[in-house]
Amino acid sequence: MNRAIEALKEKFGAALEGIWQETERQTYAAIRKDSIVKAVGFLIQNLEMRFLFLFASDERKEAGCYRIRYVFSYPHEDQFLILVVKVDEKEPVFPSITPWMPQASWHEREVQDMFGLTAKGHPDPRRLVFHEDWPKGWHPLRKDFKFSGKIPRDKGEYPFEKVEGEGVFEVPVGPVHAGIIEPGHFRFSSAGESILKLEIRHFYTHKGTEKLGEGKDPRHLICLAERISGDNSAAHAMACAQALESLSGIEVPRRAQFLRVIFLEMERLHNHVSDIAGVVLDVAFGFGAAQLMRIKERFMRLNERLTGTRLLRSIITWGGVRKDLSDQEKEFLLRETKKIKKDFDQTIQIIWNSSSFLDRVEGTGMIKKEIAEALSGTGPVAKASGVDRDLRRDHRYAVYPELLFLVPVFDEGDVESRLKVKIQEIYESLKLIHEAVEAMPQGPCSMEPKPLKPMKSALGYTESPRGECFHWIATDREGKIGRWKIQSPSFANWPLIEYAVLENIVPDFPVINKSMNLSYSGNDR
Amino acid sequence: MLRILKKNFKVGKPTLPYCPGQTQAPEGFKGSPEIDPEKCTGCGKCIAACPTDALSIFDSRQEDKRTLFLNYGDCTFCGLCEPACPYQAVSFKGKFELARRTKKELILDFPFTLSKCEKDPEFVPEEAIPSKEKPNVNQSFSHGDFSSRFTFDELSHHLKEKIKSIFGRSLHIREVDAGSCNGCEVEITNLANPIYDAERFGIHFVASPRHADMLLVTGPVTRQMELALVKTYAATPSPKLVVACGGCAISGGIFRGSYAVVGGVDQSIPVDVYIPGCPPRPEAILFGIFLALDKVSRDRK
Repeated sequence: MNRAIEALKEKFGAALEGIWQETERQTYAAIRKDSIVKAVGFLIQNLEMRFLFLFASDERKEAGCYRIRYVFSYPHEDQFLILVVKVDEKEPVFPSITPWMPQASWHEREVQDMFGLTAKGHPDPRRLVFHEDWPKGWHPLRKDFKFSGKIPRDKGEYPFEKVEGEGVFEVPVGPVHAGIIEPGHFRFSSAGESILKLEIRHFYTHKGTEKLGEGKDPRHLICLAERISGDNSAAHAMACAQALESLSGIEVPRRAQFLRVIFLEMERLHNHVSDIAGVVLDVAFGFGAAQLMRIKERFMRLNERLTGTRLLRSIITWGGVRKDLSDQEKEFLLRETKKIKKDFDQTIQIIWNSSSFLDRVEGTGMIKKEIAEALSGTGPVAKASGVDRDLRRDHRYAVYPELLFLVPVFDEGDVESRLKVKIQEIYESLKLIHEAVEAMPQGPCSMEPKPLKPMKSALGYTESPRGECFHWIATDREGKIGRWKIQSPSFANWPLIEYAVLENIVPDFPVINKSMNLSYSGNDR
Repeated sequence: MLRILKKNFKVGKPTLPYCPGQTQAPEGFKGSPEIDPEKCTGCGKCIAACPTDALSIFDSRQEDKRTLFLNYGDCTFCGLCEPACPYQAVSFKGKFELARRTKKELILDFPFTLSKCEKDPEFVPEEAIPSKEKPNVNQSFSHGDFSSRFTFDELSHHLKEKIKSIFGRSLHIREVDAGSCNGCEVEITNLANPIYDAERFGIHFVASPRHADMLLVTGPVTRQMELALVKTYAATPSPKLVVACGGCAISGGIFRGSYAVVGGVDQSIPVDVYIPGCPPRPEAILFGIFLALDKVSRDRK
């Protein structure tokens, strides 16, 4: 990291207003607003850093300004660098980096909606989070945002992008879909059967979670984190707990860290099996879908038996885990996972022998590596397009560095390779569970938490079944939660689907959508 | 083909029987919190541990009364109240069949004498208790921004009595996610798997509200989904039933009080049955659907 800091100092000198470390692996650098575009470009091109996300916070009370933070990963050294830019209240404008970095587009539009800061030079300044009936000038993440009773509804229309030409028609889908899935709007422009353009319009499930978290008791914050994206409960709880633990300066006991790995991998198992089942169902292969759904239920029953909840909720907490595994339960877990593995093996072999199944998934929903990289794709979606990234390996957390596992990467980028990544990850997760159970030391499984330190900030992260999941928490003067930023993997991956469907036929959209399995609630928060 | 047959033969019939009131949850399942009135002293220690307003206390100095409320409609089943209780009065015994027709039936109240409670060394005075409201049992949907869209025909409740006899054993459900975290969707999807197999009861999930007899609504109803929910309700032919599935759908749950949620399905459209749970397990959802169809009492006879 020192080399990177030196290079940054040399290049930007006077524009750099300060460098400090909040935790061991998180370095902050304050930089002047007018240099941010160049600095971001420099970090990516010259230092091979990777842009993760950006977000704003309202610090008018503490520092008299808004701040925007740009989070970068430096995987070679397992470090995070966070650039901090001040935005004055009197001039609520910041330079947009989107023209050079398309992955920042949604982030900047979100900052515009939530804080009322304008991204100058943004190529698509439409609203993102709030729909047309949200009144102008209401920015909920500002500290002085107050509402009593109801927020009025405005009138307005969302300007969709139009594709024009002979024979081009639009297919609007949603927000209420035909299947049992979450709400979101898709607008296809197609000619004949093939899709010329897809525009997604989400945030129907926006629940104001980040605002709700402000001032909450940390234990309750984890309860809320578990409900950001229901099927990724444990991953969000883990990221949130990690940030809270850094803020209160507690070391989680070793046994708890092994248990966390077990629960996180158990979550990956039921998620991935469910995704594969969904794709198999969408191509109308009834046998495969029924068998995989049955296997998923076996995993969920295993969760229930070991933790008391089917979605692994209320298990990971601030300071450790809430339930230990007895020797008997450990044995049960090993025995049961072995049996399910055999069951899964047989089913997958039958499915992959079916030519009618392969015909639908091969070459469908292609995402090229360049697109996945340029849009900061993450998780199995990126891994299937040849992007070799995994937080479990690149940025140490829990006890992953002590365990042996492979990160599957495929190059094709189609539905089949996304499924293959998931299947490989299932085998790796089973292996990880076995390793963790055997290596787990004796000891306590949770620590009595200490109060949060005031005026501090910390980043927590996990590789959730969908990809990289980050929680950034800052405390205020009283040591309460002042800002809670949630970066869910779905927020990073949704824009990719607009590319994945191009030149595919409309009936293949459900298959592509399911193979990416993005969470609407995690995206909208 | 032979391999498929072999596998099917080997797996056998995985479907589990379900009979309301008689099926036990599998071993280990935590279920809902229960308060033992023998052990509970009304000290109020558990209230601060609860992330929602599921536990609340209402004091009346004049009558020398303290009432502890446990509202399943608000509960996230997180289990934080269990270790918070100094008298081990809270326990989780895997109960899940909690669906009821009214919000009032979801609330348990435990009366105490206030002066007696004060002698308890663990006593928490009213000032220090975060939630001291009586639980909201209002089921009026006139609070929604779009309630003026309803016509009289859609609201005539007497029709609903007829539905139960008309639908008999077959029921078509349209699921509507009004902003849930997708936990409830996971469990509703599971209803279609071979283990819970809702189709054996004649319950079928359909793709359009126009084909549906019942709306199964999840989520706290976000501001941006309210219109879509009301439109879906209007598109469902009368007579129709509405079941609110999950804590959020009943009261807004953990999201209540946010600027972006309405806070419960019954604020926007009329609701017939409430299913508590976060998320409710598949059998709990089946129980709620049966209750809406009046099948529970019939089966018990």
